Amino acid sequence: MKIKSQKDFWSGLMFVATGLGFAWGAQFYSFGTSARPGPAYFPFGLGILLALLGALVLFEALTIETEDGEPVGKWAFKPLITICLSIAVFGWLLPRLGMALSLPILIIICSLAGDEFHWRDVLINCVVLTIGSWAIFILGLKLVIPLWPTFIGTGG
Amino acid sequence: MDLLHNLALGFGVALSFQNVLYAFFGAVLGTLIGVLPGLGPVATIAMLLPSIYALDATPALIMLAGIYYGAQYGGSTTAILINVPGESSSVVTAIDGYQMARQGRAGAALAAAGLGSFFAGCVGTVIIAAFAPPLTELAFKFGPAEYFSLMVLGLIGAVVLASGSLIKAISMILLGLLLGQVNTDVISGVPRYSFDIPELTDGIGFVGIAMGVFGFGEIIANLGMPSEHREVFTKEVKGLWPTKEDFLTAWPAVLRGTGIGSLLGVLPGGGALLASFAAYTLEKKSPGRAGEIPFGKGNIRGVAGPESANNAGAQTSFIPMLTLGIPPNAVMALMVGAMTIKGIQPGPQVMTSNPQLFWGLIASMWVGNLMLIILNLPLIGIWIKLLTVPYRFLFPAIVVFCGIGLYTLNNSSFDVYIGACFGIIGYAFYKLGCEPAPLLLGFILGPMMEENLRRALLLSRGDWSTFVTRPLSAGLLLAALVMVVIVALPSIKAKREQAFAEVD
Repeated sequence: MKIKSQKDFWSGLMFVATGLGFAWGAQFYSFGTSARPGPAYFPFGLGILLALLGALVLFEALTIETEDGEPVGKWAFKPLITICLSIAVFGWLLPRLGMALSLPILIIICSLAGDEFHWRDVLINCVVLTIGSWAIFILGLKLVIPLWPTFIGTGG
Repeated sequence: MDLLHNLALGFGVALSFQNVLYAFFGAVLGTLIGVLPGLGPVATIAMLLPSIYALDATPALIMLAGIYYGAQYGGSTTAILINVPGESSSVVTAIDGYQMARQGRAGAALAAAGLGSFFAGCVGTVIIAAFAPPLTELAFKFGPAEYFSLMVLGLIGAVVLASGSLIKAISMILLGLLLGQVNTDVISGVPRYSFDIPELTDGIGFVGIAMGVFGFGEIIANLGMPSEHREVFTKEVKGLWPTKEDFLTAWPAVLRGTGIGSLLGVLPGGGALLASFAAYTLEKKSPGRAGEIPFGKGNIRGVAGPESANNAGAQTSFIPMLTLGIPPNAVMALMVGAMTIKGIQPGPQVMTSNPQLFWGLIASMWVGNLMLIILNLPLIGIWIKLLTVPYRFLFPAIVVFCGIGLYTLNNSSFDVYIGACFGIIGYAFYKLGCEPAPLLLGFILGPMMEENLRRALLLSRGDWSTFVTRPLSAGLLLAALVMVVIVALPSIKAKREQAFAEVD
């Protein structure tokens, strides 16, 4: 069978899988009765409904002609991985190294996601954004964010 | 006169030094993000949510509202000058606005957009003040069954009027509703779908979803596209004041745009985007003056109408949020989240329990609109300079602010990881052509919807027919059904696709 719309095919699959997943997960909680709906009542119904709609999307993707087959296209893996990784690393480092060190690390890694990477520009960005964030969030909004690494001991 | 009394109270609040300052800050920020392509109001408001912990509820909401309508002004600037709409609601403005700029009439186009928006903003504010109280009265008559049906109508309305596939959009709502189920069940106290991760028993933070999908996801999508050459008409912005001829041509369009925008803004899912599309179509159908430039070649009505409409729609979309606690679009969903952070339960009781906040917010919109016209017309040169900032400086800044914002939500790294995960999910949505806004609406409304459904079923002893036997509830559900059927009809479907294709 030929797939008529790649985009719809994969989104339909995603909906069916998520819907069934939630409906399956609902069995671990009490379903209750219609008069006394339990914690599983609503998510089970929603999950089944989503799976049905997903199946409909899937059906359309296999039957309705489109002009170009609606390809998903190439995934931009470089920015995808770089950006998400830089954020996760930042989340891990911030409570440990403090803002003064983890922000420049975040900026350098995420700048690698772009087409152009110039050390001069990235360093300017690091200085401006780190000082700016310190001024806005710690000085201005008085949020409790560690500024220096914990082993230096001054906290934030 | 109640209305005057209420507005006087509101202006008393809005004109305090602190609140004027925050309205100004919001307006500046809104214009800024409106001008910068690739950064929308949803991501910005999500970024700023942590900062409102430090503020009182009233200045916080005034600032967030300023960002929203400020973005409508700013978005038109880039649409006219570089043919890149800063906001989706300015897509149609680019058609005629950019042509005007190419003919050296950028100033007139910017002025028409600015003055039209200001007029529409003033009218929109008055409409909110006049219609909010009676709607709240109505909302007090609602039981759980009515609320559930109203949310169904709201969610369905939010997608039938948008572009793209209807089934996929409804699926995205359901996906959002399901994500909202990751929490601790309010009635039985059982943690659901938490995989024994303690942070997940409080639910996934909506800020993480909003930032991941609308912030990170969009950055990844932007970086994945080849960089394009942009032509900026910066030197030609002279003669800001439109000619007398321009005025005569544009004012009926402003009136029509304001009318249609105010009307569509109130509808669930309407808001600014649909308003501008509808206004452009209306202008094309309306008879113009003799010897007018045709549409698509730089007709000033093609700028004035949609711009008035999107600003009027942005204002009146506050009505369902303020009176019923039901957000009609993603930005309003974040406003509901912001109110919850500040300990205010959104809904009809806000007007009576927090009159200062309610009327202060409404009055601040007029103050904000006045600031925007000053910010946008004489200071246009500054905003144009910003357009020349390369994206490689911009996106790390967005990532930094989002990262810090996520961490400060609960002072925990977990929210940052959630944001990163939703960055991946957001990019997947983009690649698969799934519109993410309905997901956010579903996510915000999910817990409320479940609570009302279960309460309604408890009251009716498990009888589902309660939703169709109570007249108000039945009417709301019927309206939702009619909307779906109409949009699904083949003849309308073709027209709807055509209408959206025209402006693409």
